[in-house]
Amino acid sequence: MIHMTAADAMHLALREEMQRDPRVLLMGEGVATKRPDLVRDFGTARVRNTPLAEAIIAGTAVGAAASGLRPVIDLLFAPFLTYAMDALVNSAGKLRYLSGGQFEFPLVTLAMTGSGCCVCAQHNHNLEAMFVHAPGLHVVMPSTPADFKGLLKTAIRDANPTLFFTDMALLYQEGEVPEDADYSVPLGKAAMRRTGTDVTLVSYAKTVNVCMQAAEQLHAQGIAAEVIDLRSLKPLDEATVLQSLRKTGRLIVVHEASGLCGIAAEIAALAVSQAFDALRAPVVRITGPDAPSASSWALEQAAVPQTDAVVRAAFDLMQDAQHSGVAMRHERTAANIPA
Amino acid sequence: MTATTIHTRLHQLETMLLIRAYEEQLVALQRQGAPGTCTSVGQEACAVGVVDALEARDRILTNHRSAAHLLARGADPKRLMAEVLGRVDGYCGGHSGSLHISAREFGVLLTSTIVGAELSMAPGVALAQKLGQGQFDNGSGGITAVFFGDGAACEGIFHESLNLAVHWQLPLLFVCENNQWQAFVHRRETMADEAISAWARGHGIATQRVDGNDVEAVHAAASQAVAEIRATGQPQFLELVTYRLRGHFEPDDQAYVDPSELKHWQARDPIHTLRAWLLDSGHVDVATLEAMERRVRTRIAEAMQFAQASAWPEPETLTTYVYA
Ligand SMILES: Cc1ncc(C[n+]2csc(CCOP(=O)(O)OP(=O)(O)O)c2C)c(N)n1
Ligand SMILES: [Mg+2]
Repeated sequence: MIHMTAADAMHLALREEMQRDPRVLLMGEGVATKRPDLVRDFGTARVRNTPLAEAIIAGTAVGAAASGLRPVIDLLFAPFLTYAMDALVNSAGKLRYLSGGQFEFPLVTLAMTGSGCCVCAQHNHNLEAMFVHAPGLHVVMPSTPADFKGLLKTAIRDANPTLFFTDMALLYQEGEVPEDADYSVPLGKAAMRRTGTDVTLVSYAKTVNVCMQAAEQLHAQGIAAEVIDLRSLKPLDEATVLQSLRKTGRLIVVHEASGLCGIAAEIAALAVSQAFDALRAPVVRITGPDAPSASSWALEQAAVPQTDAVVRAAFDLMQDAQHSGVAMRHERTAANIPA
Repeated sequence: MTATTIHTRLHQLETMLLIRAYEEQLVALQRQGAPGTCTSVGQEACAVGVVDALEARDRILTNHRSAAHLLARGADPKRLMAEVLGRVDGYCGGHSGSLHISAREFGVLLTSTIVGAELSMAPGVALAQKLGQGQFDNGSGGITAVFFGDGAACEGIFHESLNLAVHWQLPLLFVCENNQWQAFVHRRETMADEAISAWARGHGIATQRVDGNDVEAVHAAASQAVAEIRATGQPQFLELVTYRLRGHFEPDDQAYVDPSELKHWQARDPIHTLRAWLLDSGHVDVATLEAMERRVRTRIAEAMQFAQASAWPEPETLTTYVYA
């Protein structure tokens, strides 16, 4: 194990995969400027600064992937993905199917998002669910440095186009990362971050830490929370969520992205359709509001799920258990604002 | 050299000094933990020369590097700084921060930090002006100036915007500040030609390419372009050759910048050039310029005080202005 930041773990994954497979190449606005050691070791043919033009970066990656290369493109911030949406959604996501399986699109798209830096809504927009909604794409969003490395390696090796979302506030958090060049984390496999029997907290990216802190506080109050880090949003590890729910009977899903048609809604639907009998209380979603993220620190923080909101929700659920209501009536958005 | 010319240059220098001091203050604030910002240090002559050629009835669209355009247009540094710090008294109530400040009262509309977005919206603003019944226009014959960078010219939308503006004969002034940088990538790494105006000409638009560090040259070219647009109803294209003297976004150590290139452009700092020109003219003395510098420093100090004293927005405003 080496102690390193998530940013360094991603860099290590890129380096190892470029070493391992000569078909892997990196393209984007400033990738060569920011990763001079990769230019030195793998050359300018494989580490390419591009013009400022997301549509053609993504389109080129799609064409190259179909032709046998394995491009990784860095599109910087998630809101810029909308310029690349046509190539990713209509071409990469659909042309395998439309061509009757003649082509594959092994490409990875990197994009940062998330609160904490006051960069506002045109740099911070957790729009991962938009891509979950697009057929043919895989979507991951890790929370630990080890997973940043392991999932990026898997994504690069995957034969499908993968969106790799980076919660920017996590990039400089440190953790233990396996040195092994063969270490990888499977897609579609959630991580159990903490076990417990009373309530299941499901999350991904930065809010996994929020759930971990909430679980700690709940533990002090005699409530045992189980924390699941989805890591991969598509494919989604339904089995791990259902298994936990069958044990606890209570489910809280937490994410920074807005709630409407989001990952939490999907998890809630999963719970209701496949473990209805196990539910001892309504499913709770704690998510960002249906509003662009604001720059002001005060507003940015008001928009994102906070630990005390998760703790309060868990307490409420333990109360609700006495009156076994199973409707999904507990909805919380803009966690800091009184409901 | 007429007294009016000297007066105009002095006024332009004061605005350029205000822009420089304002942005240097933002850099200092960033070092103390305030959100980062994109400065236009070195490009002040572009903003001042073009904005001075516009009238109140004209409209401006700008981008992530907007402070110079806003200040040249008369925006209050107090309210700009409050916005950067995320406070209620900012032009956008703290919703924007530094990257997308619109100030409708000054005709600075629809500022977006998505590179190219200003180019996508500008034809619509100009169309409203042409039709004379837009929300921002009452048939006053105003035109729209859209500021963008050499990087934005690499987005496909650049060509879409030009083609539409020419074909629909829109009263639109394209202003490309070619500052040689596209974030962390040098312009020469992204295009074979070094002139953006050469690309524009392919769309059948009249272009000018001038020294963006010479406020007089910028002002003359912009005035001519504006007059042409008003007279003919056709769009015009202005490329201003300049240089981004600081990093892309604060903080930025500029480790990737060629020091000799930087030095070359530092020697062509538009403020220093204009200051020297005024002194050389024999009509302006050092005391006048020092008094000007003191006035600017006072305004920035007042802006700081105002911004830091301004309240944080109430959490309830989190969801205001999402829907009409
Ligand atoms: C669509 C999009 N892609 C990338 C970015 C990140 N970004 C912000 S400014 C910038 C460089 C813009 O270069 P240019 O248009 O020349 O303007 P300059 O910054 O030089 O003023 C980049 C890459 C962005 N904001 N929007
Ligand atoms: Mg530029």
